[in-house]
Amino acid sequence: MLWETIRLAVQAITRNVLRSFLTVLGVVIGVAAVIAMVTVGQGSSAQVSADVASLGTNMLILRPGKQMMGPGQRDQAPAFRLADTEALKTLAVVGSVAPVSSSSQTAVYGNANIATSITGTNSSYLTVSNWVVLRGRAFSEVEERSGAAVCIIGETVRQELFGNTDPTGEMIRIKAMSCQVIGLLQAKGASSFGQDQDDVVMMPIRALQRRLTGNQDVATISVALAKSVSTERGIREIQTLLRERRRIGPHEEDDFSVTDLKEIASMLTSVNTVLTGLLSSVAAVSLLVGGIGIMNIMLVSVTERTREIGIRLAVGAEAGQVMTQFLVEAVVLSILGGVIGIALGLSLAYFASRMMVIPFSPDPLVVVMAFGFSALVGVIFGYFPARRAARLDPIEALRYQ
Amino acid sequence: MGAPLPVPLPPTPPLIELRGISRIYGQGEAEVRALDGVDLTIHAGEFVAIMGPSGSGKSTAMNIIGCLDRPTSGHYLFNGVEVAGLNRDQLALLRRHYLGFVFQGFNLLARTTALENVELPMIYKGLPRSERQTRARAALAKVGLQGREHHDPSQLSGGQQQRVAIARALAGEPMVILADEPTGNLDTTRSHEIMELLVALNRDEGMTIVMVTHEEDMASFARRLVVFVDGRVARDEPVRERV
Repeated sequence: MLWETIRLAVQAITRNVLRSFLTVLGVVIGVAAVIAMVTVGQGSSAQVSADVASLGTNMLILRPGKQMMGPGQRDQAPAFRLADTEALKTLAVVGSVAPVSSSSQTAVYGNANIATSITGTNSSYLTVSNWVVLRGRAFSEVEERSGAAVCIIGETVRQELFGNTDPTGEMIRIKAMSCQVIGLLQAKGASSFGQDQDDVVMMPIRALQRRLTGNQDVATISVALAKSVSTERGIREIQTLLRERRRIGPHEEDDFSVTDLKEIASMLTSVNTVLTGLLSSVAAVSLLVGGIGIMNIMLVSVTERTREIGIRLAVGAEAGQVMTQFLVEAVVLSILGGVIGIALGLSLAYFASRMMVIPFSPDPLVVVMAFGFSALVGVIFGYFPARRAARLDPIEALRYQ
Repeated sequence: MGAPLPVPLPPTPPLIELRGISRIYGQGEAEVRALDGVDLTIHAGEFVAIMGPSGSGKSTAMNIIGCLDRPTSGHYLFNGVEVAGLNRDQLALLRRHYLGFVFQGFNLLARTTALENVELPMIYKGLPRSERQTRARAALAKVGLQGREHHDPSQLSGGQQQRVAIARALAGEPMVILADEPTGNLDTTRSHEIMELLVALNRDEGMTIVMVTHEEDMASFARRLVVFVDGRVARDEPVRERV
């Protein structure tokens, strides 16, 4: 009998497709919004976690200037020098050290050019930042020491300058400098902040200093601590060394900052979680509104179909059967809306993930919950109209015009 | 064959027996006595026409006979069983298994094929789909609508719609067909066709038919005429053979 009722409900729904669609539109949008929000939110959380993992454990970034200062004030502090990098290498707690300076320049090859970021560093940087040289090779120690005019380019730069051809061995021009491409980096995609990480040219820092920036400054230093060294101890020893080298008195504050990247990552993750929760609750409210929409249309439907109800009662339908019919109709409608919403939400999430370059990882639990919730919406908001239908007096219902 | 039986058979109970039935709407000042002590007995196989001016109580009587309404007082015995005190759902079961309705406004489900309309009572009887369809086709054929099974009511003329309604009433295999102004929305030719159909059902299959009408012409197709005036039975007489 239930199967029969479901068949009848589907029949009633397909009898007026447009109205049925408008009825469930609210649920469709609500479910789609919840699914899309949660899926994208979880995807970006997963991306942040992956970024954290790719940073490696115990990764610190050193910057000149005090921590938590507004812009402009940082410049008072003297920049790092390559000598600082060498000194850091002597610490036992330090695994590898990479000086980093960068400069915005235009790279030219033949008729093609691209405005990009030139990063001066060493080959340790590739390791600590999880870069993989896809083709060619990294800098040799000799090239690093002499500041040879060689560079490794990112995928975006390669596409702009060389298309799909092999760039290694070619010469590109940056300002007055002619530079041989010795390597191609594997694409990384956008960062958590939405930056294209592949829009980059790397060269030995001495080459950058000498030929592009014209100074001895090192903007930041990336430090990977040695294995099994606690972050606290690593930071403490680095601070002691740098205070000594920068001649900071015992009662003065540091004029440099040490940032633990994991802290930033965990902060990002929690911001992400809060945002996802917030957006999902807004979406859940729209699901509720969708449920009220269903109730509204079902109530109208009961009035509109008063005669139908009268006929059914006259040929022997019990009140309970009329009630079940309308309830099942509401539930089938909202489940239908839920299914459409799930499909829509997942495809939205899929395209959003593609665009934001984050992993698309739908959570089956969320899909099941959205499905269950839409069925629940049908039961709750279908109950009142169904009860009204069941309580109609057959004679009144038959006479209704 | 025609000889009287030596021993009289035990009397079978009448199909419908109303005893002192009253139906009162409203209370106090606004009290309306739609039916006021009606006694009426209808036996299986009869074709009864109920007439009367509007407000005479004929429709109320029909609703009570059809178990759509309950009397305020009195006894209603259906096939010898008291049904006056039954509740809504018990009345629904009674309608489902023993009664077939034909209404003035046809009352077919819109956007639903003739076949599905005829199937409707059998759905509530719990018959399997294949049997419903077989019986529905047979009922439609009986009212002369073979080939129209998949037409919507909107694609059928008034007379055809009423035939579908009669088929629907028949398909439930009722003990009585209750027709409330079955020709009220039809022109004379169609009305006569519908009446011929009802007469044939009564004559050939012994189907008991109770029909409310306000047209003498239609009432003359029946074999017995009951006239209501002011909530009482004013006249109850056989109908002369129609020429």
